[in-house]
Amino acid sequence: MNERIQKLRQQSLDAKPTISLERARLLTEFYQSGQPERVSIPVARAMALKYLLDHKEICINDGELIVGERGPAPKATYTYPDICTHTLKDFDILNSREKVSFAVDEKTRKQQQDEIIPFWSGRSVRDLIFQKVDRPWIDTYEAGIFTEFMEQRAPGHTVLDDKIYRKGFLDFQLQIEDSIKKLDFFADPEALAKREQLTAMSIAADALISYAERHAEKLTELADSETDSRRKRELREMAKICRKVPAHAPGGFREALQYYWFVHLGVITELNTWDSFNPGRLDRHLLPFYRRDIEEGVLTEERARELLQSFWVKFNNQPAPPKVGVTAQESNTYTDFCLINLGGVDETGESADNELTYMILDVIEEMRLLQPSSMVQVSKKSPDRLIDRALRIIKTGYGQPSLFNTDEMVQEMIRQGKSVQDARNGGASGCVETGAFGKESYILTGYFNLTKVLEITLNDGIDPRTGKQIGIQSGDPSRFESFEDLMDAFRRQLRYFIDVKIKGNVIIERLWAEHLPAPFMSILIDDCIKSGKDYNDGGARYNTSYVQGVGLGSITDCLAAIKYQVFDKRNLTLPQLLDAMKANFRDAADLRATLVESTPKYGNDDDYADDITKQVFEIFFETVDGRANTKGGHFRINLLPTTCHVYFGSVIGAMPDGRKKGEPLSEGISPVQGSDRRGPTAVLKSASKIDHIRTGGTLLNQKFSPQVLESEDGLEKLRHLIRAYFTMDGHHIQFNVVTAETLRKAQKNPEKYRDLIVRVAGYSDYFVDLGEDLQNEIIRRTEHGVA
Amino acid sequence: MNGIIFDIKRYAIHDGPGIRTTVFLKGCPMDCWWCHNPEARDDITGKLAEKTRTVSVAEVTREIARDRIFYDQSGGGVTFSGGEPLAQPDFLLVLLEFCRGQGIHTAVDTCGYAPTEDFERVSELTDLFLYDLKIMDNEQHTKYTGVSNELILDNLRLLSQKGSKLQLRVPLIPGITDTDENLEAVADFLSRLRGVDGVSILPYNRFGEDKRTRFKLEDRLGRLPDQSRADIESAAAKFRLRGYEVKIGG
Repeated sequence: MNERIQKLRQQSLDAKPTISLERARLLTEFYQSGQPERVSIPVARAMALKYLLDHKEICINDGELIVGERGPAPKATYTYPDICTHTLKDFDILNSREKVSFAVDEKTRKQQQDEIIPFWSGRSVRDLIFQKVDRPWIDTYEAGIFTEFMEQRAPGHTVLDDKIYRKGFLDFQLQIEDSIKKLDFFADPEALAKREQLTAMSIAADALISYAERHAEKLTELADSETDSRRKRELREMAKICRKVPAHAPGGFREALQYYWFVHLGVITELNTWDSFNPGRLDRHLLPFYRRDIEEGVLTEERARELLQSFWVKFNNQPAPPKVGVTAQESNTYTDFCLINLGGVDETGESADNELTYMILDVIEEMRLLQPSSMVQVSKKSPDRLIDRALRIIKTGYGQPSLFNTDEMVQEMIRQGKSVQDARNGGASGCVETGAFGKESYILTGYFNLTKVLEITLNDGIDPRTGKQIGIQSGDPSRFESFEDLMDAFRRQLRYFIDVKIKGNVIIERLWAEHLPAPFMSILIDDCIKSGKDYNDGGARYNTSYVQGVGLGSITDCLAAIKYQVFDKRNLTLPQLLDAMKANFRDAADLRATLVESTPKYGNDDDYADDITKQVFEIFFETVDGRANTKGGHFRINLLPTTCHVYFGSVIGAMPDGRKKGEPLSEGISPVQGSDRRGPTAVLKSASKIDHIRTGGTLLNQKFSPQVLESEDGLEKLRHLIRAYFTMDGHHIQFNVVTAETLRKAQKNPEKYRDLIVRVAGYSDYFVDLGEDLQNEIIRRTEHGVA
Repeated sequence: MNGIIFDIKRYAIHDGPGIRTTVFLKGCPMDCWWCHNPEARDDITGKLAEKTRTVSVAEVTREIARDRIFYDQSGGGVTFSGGEPLAQPDFLLVLLEFCRGQGIHTAVDTCGYAPTEDFERVSELTDLFLYDLKIMDNEQHTKYTGVSNELILDNLRLLSQKGSKLQLRVPLIPGITDTDENLEAVADFLSRLRGVDGVSILPYNRFGEDKRTRFKLEDRLGRLPDQSRADIESAAAKFRLRGYEVKIGG
């Protein structure tokens, strides 16, 4: 990387995350101006975005080639009081906590107290949610049975397709006008609402165009006062680009990148979409521009790299908006989960990797930034070279890119009713979530604690942590005569809690649709313009709501222990086991050792345990899949934890698998930490026994010590391992390549290991920023060192 | 039929081509000073050999079949190791027959010290031999391994004549097998054989030493000097010079 990029990268690494109230203040100003009351809600939201983008400070960093920051400076991070209003206590925690902190200065604190809290309190969608949901929902939520994404962040989880590379925002406005013209006010009862929605989209389009123009003005000013002639020229060129995009379709590689970046800023300023929006199949989108520019001699390979690197820095400058309470526990990180997709197939099904795929992989390796995250889609048609290139980056211990199975993802989407072309143009976003890019609103509604439901089943509906009856009375466990009795009780208990969750989801979906439409996002996702409906209200072509199961390994091992020790071997009775659990295995070391050492466990290709995994999967699937949401789509399942398995573990007492009170659960579909003892092929076999194709994504973590990957031979064999897993329809696999020793050192001397990035669960994070529990867990994860 | 094994290891990536499952058969006719699998020996029981168990053919074949998809993907298969797998020739033959029937690639990791008629039978069903050659000087060989090398060399010649695919494995034991003289002699012997597909140089590691200390076994070897990268490279060069593809570390 050249000197310019080195400087920009270092600036980004050194910038301290701070809280910026710029958005909160401007939004409050706008909502206090009296204007919103005179217009519809969607129009008011669009006007608010325009007000924000018209008045926010324009930040242009020295030497940069792609411009635009969300806040007034790199890592100055917005709050979204319209969604969740931070209390002063939240701010104090953010300011003082050791990990993932955000500096809050006294002025900010005071403004929050005097201006922001008084206005938004009771109006934020979070407040509305907690007013509207019922008592069982609150009890269940507080018990840690599920979390709720939309109480602090906007329904996001979508990724852009190629439309912005073909059309400018003026073109989108023409489409919007056309849709308005076609409204049938005589036959369509929703026509008026649609007109408001479409008008809002048009205003939002204006907002972004004028925002880019403000950059052009600022760039011109800077150029006028710039003394360095080279930079002066650059600034003028950038000003020209900002006058062209996003109003018009981009004409070249550089314009395409700048255009995307403005769109990105629009999305993350309008709302704090979870998980953050990203360009998706970047190697495909940029290719036509790259080839044409190279051919015409207006771009060199070196310049293309530099532009991509500059683009990368922009992502790293935008930490995820800080969360509070349970949500902070479930996912506490600066990363905003932008997952760049590389490789895969094109819409005709041919392998899509190209020269830019490899250039971008070089950029990822060289930049070594936390954000954006990256992944490689591997199809059976992908060349070995693609996997090998990814593995060569993975083996440096960076934790990126992760690997996804294109062919399996396409099947997932087709099962859900998507067209083959839309499926092939899609991919994964966030951690591992499958979606049709540019055409789908696929919302994660919250993590679901499968193991906690078992704990409650074993207590006849009572949560032992609080003594409260929060579940149904599914039967006194001492009366269970067989394992089937237990499974039947678990099934009924699970159905009850899923009902509670989904009833809440429906309420929350409507609150978002009515109170916080997203007209800007709606421009970007098909077919919102065509249908005149908002992204948050079923405007997208596909609308999927996910419930993410957590702790598949843990619940399997708990059930396997009961089946094996209680019902098959009759080594003890269920009440005896429950008593030992109640005492957190105090004075029961032998029993605990039997449960840990001599009981079938998931992750060892042992059908005794794995058949139980399949049963749990089927029960979870049947309970959730296919239920209708309020947006014309359906509820589906996926299996990923982010870091929620740590929080979920903290609310569960000792369990039959020998896990002690409060310890983390297993993550994703990975085995319980340390319980897989038959090597990686056994883990992959176990993991592929569930039907990934009926999910919207699963997460499998494998840790390798670096020596396994040192030789070419080791690398090749790992590639075969991945191909075999994908042949068995595995969805995703990621590798942590570090030694436990290194991690222990990092834990002891964090200051020396600030750059150490590890795979956490579907994303990478700085090891030293993780909580101690999570650090310990990563250390414990079985090392498959072979050499 | 039953046999005795002391381990089955999946995702074995250093015992032949591709991803393999290695079945470790109990029993070894030799007594190498540097032995790093002492649990293979019949006289070793207790904690060190805690995974040793009598198994039926079906138990082993079931385990072998589990990773089929990985073998197919990677061009891998099964490796029978030990100990000395030919120490249980009938059990080995049944397992090899199973693999042949299933189209699973087989490798036999052998020290070469077994009756020649057993090698004749085994060679019919084995796709690849990983054949250890340690010391060419018979007196030295007898001293450090407990047996003469005549039978070992005869069997190697036989396999070569029969057209078996061979990969030679040469453990580098500092001061014992890694001398210039010995390595030259090994390389010379090899160059008169056909069918040798490659040579693996196995650098010295301290697993054996560690096991001897931990399980209080007789230690005739003591602490050996460290092997440098240059020592290993110079050993490899001797075989490369004679046109063999050399792998370091199996």
